[in-house]
Order: sequence, then C-alpha cells, then structure tokens
Amino acid sequence: MGEVILTMNDIDKSFPGVHALDHVHFDVKRGEVHALMGENGAGKSTLMKVLTGIYTKDSGTIEYEGKEVEFHNAREAQEAGVVIVHQELNMVGHLTVAQNIFIGREFKKGLKIDDKKMNEEARKLFERLNIDIDPSATMSDLTVGKQQMCEIAKAISHEAKVIVFDEPSAALTEAEIAELFKIIRDLREQQLGIVYISHRMDEIKVITDRVTVMRDGGYVGTLITKDCTKDDIINMMVGRVIYEEPKTKSLVPKDAPVVLKVEHLNAGKMVQDVSFELRKGEILGFSGLMGAGRTETARAIFGADPKESGDIYVNGKKVTINSPQDAVNNGIGYLSEDRKRYGIVVRKTIAENSTLATLDKYMKGIFIDKKKEAEVTQKYVDSLATKTPSIDQLVVNLSGGNQQKVVIAKWLVRDCEILIFDEPTRGIDVGAKNEIYKLMNRLAAEGKSIIMISSEMTEILRMSDRIIVMCEGKVTGELDIEEVSQEKIMTMATREIKD
Amino acid sequence: MNNGVNKKSIMQRLGGQKFIVLLVVIVLFAVFSIASEDFRKYTTVLQILDFSYYIVLMAIGVTFPLITGGVDLSIGTGLICYSLAGGYLVVHHGVPTIVGILISVLFGIIIGCANGVLIAVMDLPPFLATLCTCMITRGLGSICSKGYGVSWPTTGAPGSWFRGIFKLTIGNTKYPIGFLWILLIVAAMAFVLNHTKIGRYTIAIGSNKEAAILSGINVKFYHIMAYTISGFFAGLASIAYSAVFPTVQPGTGAGFELEAIGGAIIGGVSATGGAGSIEGTLIGVFVICLLKTGLPYVGLQANWQQIITGLVLIGAVLVDIIKKRRARA
Repeated sequence: MGEVILTMNDIDKSFPGVHALDHVHFDVKRGEVHALMGENGAGKSTLMKVLTGIYTKDSGTIEYEGKEVEFHNAREAQEAGVVIVHQELNMVGHLTVAQNIFIGREFKKGLKIDDKKMNEEARKLFERLNIDIDPSATMSDLTVGKQQMCEIAKAISHEAKVIVFDEPSAALTEAEIAELFKIIRDLREQQLGIVYISHRMDEIKVITDRVTVMRDGGYVGTLITKDCTKDDIINMMVGRVIYEEPKTKSLVPKDAPVVLKVEHLNAGKMVQDVSFELRKGEILGFSGLMGAGRTETARAIFGADPKESGDIYVNGKKVTINSPQDAVNNGIGYLSEDRKRYGIVVRKTIAENSTLATLDKYMKGIFIDKKKEAEVTQKYVDSLATKTPSIDQLVVNLSGGNQQKVVIAKWLVRDCEILIFDEPTRGIDVGAKNEIYKLMNRLAAEGKSIIMISSEMTEILRMSDRIIVMCEGKVTGELDIEEVSQEKIMTMATREIKD
Repeated sequence: MNNGVNKKSIMQRLGGQKFIVLLVVIVLFAVFSIASEDFRKYTTVLQILDFSYYIVLMAIGVTFPLITGGVDLSIGTGLICYSLAGGYLVVHHGVPTIVGILISVLFGIIIGCANGVLIAVMDLPPFLATLCTCMITRGLGSICSKGYGVSWPTTGAPGSWFRGIFKLTIGNTKYPIGFLWILLIVAAMAFVLNHTKIGRYTIAIGSNKEAAILSGINVKFYHIMAYTISGFFAGLASIAYSAVFPTVQPGTGAGFELEAIGGAIIGGVSATGGAGSIEGTLIGVFVICLLKTGLPYVGLQANWQQIITGLVLIGAVLVDIIKKRRARA
C-alpha cells in the first residue's frame, strides 16, 4: 500500500427530508482495495456520487493527489482519473464494444469517427487485461459477464488512478467473478486506488485490504480486513448480531403430499426437459449460476413465457397454464427478481398493490370496496410487520425489504398455496433479509409451498429443505439438505458448461 | 455461444428490414404497372417523385428524433408555416427568392431547436412538446401570410429558378433531378448517422440515455441537435413543397408528419428508439408514396390508401417487435 491518493473529509449532504451523508470520512491509498460497506440506504452510493460530481456536497472537502478538488460532473472526474464501474451496466446496446468503450471521446479522422482505430485500441486494451472479447461485436449480443468486463475495460482506458466498483459481482457467475478478481489484483499491483462496494461478505474477505462501514448516512469505522471477522463487519453495519444458522435437516415429512409436479417441461434453450416435485410445506431451493435457466423455468411454469411441451400437475390434477392468470387461478404466485418491473406498481399505495391480483373479491358492484381493501391490507401489514406509516403510503417510498413484503402480501391475499420466490432478497439489506427469511420459514410452516430461486449460496444452504441444481437449461442435480455442500452444488452447477 | 456473441442470420447480413422493404417497393411498382396502363407512364413516375421529395426530406430529419426514442409531430404544419413565411416575403415584399428560402430553412431550424430545448432541457415528453409546436406553427403560418395562401413565383416568372432545383427541363423533356439531390442528401445523412458524433450519440440516447449521461456525453446538446436536424429538414422540405405545388395554403400540413414518420418506421427505425437508418427511411417513404399515387390508378381511392398504409405500418412495427423478441430468446 502506498500513500493516500484520495481523501474525503467531513462530507455532508442533505436532501429534502433526508440527511443522506452525515460528516462522512473516507480515504483510499494507492495500491489498495478498500471496501465500502453498509446496508442499502446507508449512503455508499450517495458518497460515490458526491465524489464524482453527480451530487454537490453541502460541506466537507475532497483531496485528490494532494490537491483539493471538486468535480462538477462524471466527465471531469473521469478526466482527472476517478471513474466508477456502475452497478447497473451502463452500455449502449445498439453500439459495438469498441464504440461503447470510447463513447464520449471517439477517435476522429476529420469529421468521421475512426472506428478502425477504436477497434484496434480496444483490442490492445483487452490484450492488456487478458480479456477475450471481439471489439466489433454488438454490445447487446454479449453475455452480462462480458458486458461487465467491457465496462471495466472502459473505466481502465480512462487512465484511471482511482476506480470505484459499485457491486460489480451482482450479475456475474463464479468463473467471471474469479476473472474480475484477477483484474482487480492486477490493478492493485499497478498502484491504482480501488473502492469496492459489495454486499457479499465472502468477497470482501477475499479481495479487500481495508473495510469502511457506513450506517444511516454516517461513518461507523474503518477496519483492516485481515484483522477482522465477518461478524465484526456485520455488527458494525447493523449494530446487532443477526445471522441464524443454516438448516441442517429438512422440516418436511417424507410423505408430505406433492402439491406441484412438473414433468418434462421445455421452453426454449433455457428450459430443457425440466422435471421436479414440490411438497407441501417445503422450501425447494433452485441453485445454479446466472443464466442457468431457473428464472426461465419459473416464468414458463407461471405462464409468463410460452411452453413448448411438458405437463404441470397441481395437487395431483393436471392443469393447463398458458398465462399468469391461469397460474394464479391454480394458486401459484410468482415474486419476480425484478420487483420494480414486474412485482409492484411503485406509484400506487400499499393497499392498491395488495389487492391487485384479487380485485374481484374486493368489489361492491362496480366500485372497489375501499373499506374491505383497507381491512385486508392492514391485516397483512400487521402480520408481515411491514414498516410503513400507513397503508396509503406509496410503495415507491418503502425500502426494498418492505416492498418485497407488499408483493408477498399480494399473493397471500390471493390465497396462493404455491409461491415462487425469485431472488427474494436481491437488493435488500442485511437486517430486512433476515425478516424475509423468517417470513418464508413461517409461510412454509403454515403449509405454503415455496420454490426459492437464489444465486446466493448462503441463502440456498440456509433456507432450503431440498435443492434442485440447474445448468444451461437442464436440471443437473437434486440434493437433500442433509447431504448438501457448496462443493457438490458447484460441481452440478457447472457440469454442462463446455468451453 | 462462441466468444459470447450470437451469430447473425443471412437476413441481417443482407440489411434485414431494408432489404424486404426494397422488395416491397419493387413489387408494388410492378403490380401497379401491370394493373394500370396509365400508371406505367413517365409522367406518373415524375409525379410520384415530385410528391415524394418533401416527405422524404421530412422523414430523413424525423429519423433522428425517432432514433432517440422520441418523435417530432411539428414537421407537417411546420413545413407549411416555413413555406408561408418565406414565400410571403418573396411575393409581397420583393425579397429575393434565395433570401426567402433561407428564411424558410432558418425558421425550421429555430422551431426544431425550440423542440429540442423543451424536450432535452425542460423534460417535456417529445409527443407533447412537438404536439404543442405543431399547433403553434399552424397558427404562426396563418399569421405570417395574413391568412391568405401564398404562391411562390411560378415557372417562368422572375425568381422561379428554385422550381428547377427539383425538375430540370431540357427541350420538352422534364428530368427529375430532385431525386439525385435526395440520394446525395441520404448519403450525407447516412454518414452523419453512422460515422459522426452526432449520429452516434443520437443512437446512444435512444438506446440507453443513462449510459450516455454517465459516459460524460453532453446529452442535452445532442438531444437538442436531433430535433434541430428534424427542424432543419422540415425547412428543406418546405422548399421542396413550395417548388412542387403552385400555392401553399395556411391551415394545411397536419398529417404530413405521419407519412414521414410512417415511412421511417416502415424503413426499419425502431419504434422504441436506438436503431434505424437513413437508407431504410428513404425506401420506407417510397412504400407510402407508391401506395398514395398507385392505388387510385387501380381504382382504390384515398381512403383506402390510408387504411392500407396503416396496415403496412402495423406490419413494420410487428417486425421490429418480433426481432427484439428473438434477440432476447
């Protein structure tokens, strides 16, 4: 580790009604990877946005390479060598890889953009980073992992001295994460200062040198990674110990009735001959790498995507599901991984969202029975412990965890017996995660049957009674929780992958 | 998945939608020529071309807002407004024709730029912003010409040289040299779209605006530019219109923009932005122009032309949707 390259001192920032950053301190040294951690809403992203000039700070100073600086926009920061690799991929799908990397600073030949030279430079850049991507490929044709590599290459090509990685691994496979870490280590070697934002405790231990923790917009403290434990960090993040032990044995009797049976389901490349059974009161984990076909399977079962062939039985009876409506009528509810797009109507109230799938039951003639709607909503707000000032609160104003509870309420109101949770805790902070877990366990104990798709190994191990592993659209294994291990899952999850 | 890249189909290599639409143009032309003796005359070809220039020019311009994911509804009434303003000065104030033309074009640039500011800076939805300027230009046009129609200098009269820009008469034969200019303009704008910053950032805005902003691009400026180009071309279209039609009537022009936008969409501009080409737009407009001119020759009146154009548009948009669905699968 070298000398400090970047210091943020006493940074303060308020938005109307929110004290987003409360006198925060943060610094990065040359040749270190510095983790920035905290629950969602702790202020990590806000701090980085202040750094790169997207937000203006109210007070405090930023010192970069020994001088006080103030960037006014992303471009100024970039030019000075401070770049962010964003959490959401910020790529222009219709342009090529090289065009994306050099966007905003194209090489020109007179008036003409020199695409040839851009491809050439991109190729050199990829060689330096040891990445195998064709610079002239159209961005939208690449896998998410490759797109992420392009994003990193783009950041590096700015002659960056400080790179901020904002949850870079969220969409990557294990193999891609390994590749990412190799690149990050190379960059550390080259004396760059690296800020690494992530929720994944395991990664923090592996890749970072120091950890700074934020909570509720305030600075909690900075630790040397190798001298602290996961629990130390979590305690700093939430101020309390919370993690429960993983399940060691299934809570479901072996002879529990099968509520959902899927046989030889086919739907495109991503769902090939998928068969499995779900028992009453069971939490069936679906594990696998990104793009293994788990979400596609769920969507096909739910009728959101067309099926080519295959049979579905609910409570032993063969059913036809051609649309989500059919699925819901058969008591199947689907909680999408992308809540904002599919799960909730963010600009509507909790009450409106709760009865969205069941409105027929809450009508008085042609009018909506507001009183009845309010009653049932309140019932589930109470029983799920949704934190909100009132049921008339707009869902957009709730935290991720509480939004998820509204979606759950929606399906419970509908009396769904089978619930498909697709990445139930994505984008939900540590404290709220635990509540969602408890809730899922309670639902299972009450006799609901749950399919849980999750890319987080710890989540799979902790929650599932039984685990189905998928890879490249096929079921590659089935494990009881008693016999499961991370290694077994990983072997099955990578079985079909060929180079 | 080789290298993480999907293979392109043969269709895509041939230019995809453009190629199909070009076939449609050829087939339409052949069908009309076979069905009607009157259609396969040189004068008909001249007529189709004459009536196509202003739509093609509008369509080239509006391709830019469309690719940003927006739309420009003000170009139809705008065209009439610019023509009235320039023509009124030429006819009633003795301003030289060239100055009148420049005023028309400048007017177009100003309205286009205003659209851009409303949309990029003030965040109005493009549909609303340009609907407003559509109404405004409609009224402005009437005010500029004091409510009367304007006849730009007719062929033979002094200052009528501009009518020869699009149709050259040598001896007794008329040559549609306007089409040559159109081809040159298409080539130039295709270059702008594919090989300059303006074009690239237009695509970037339509494809992923957030990404463009975070890449440090002055998105507001390029967003305004897209609408300014649209306005500029509406200005050029007003010249083409003035040159072809003897009299320009205030209060008209509404609906022209739909033919231009329709042509661009048929030609492969994505209805949701991010993709499109100038060549495609040119070909797409000719589908509309052929239907408009050709159908009366086979006994179907103007109402039918609109219905059929609408159906063709639905087809084009469906192709776009299916393409996207395939890309996702």
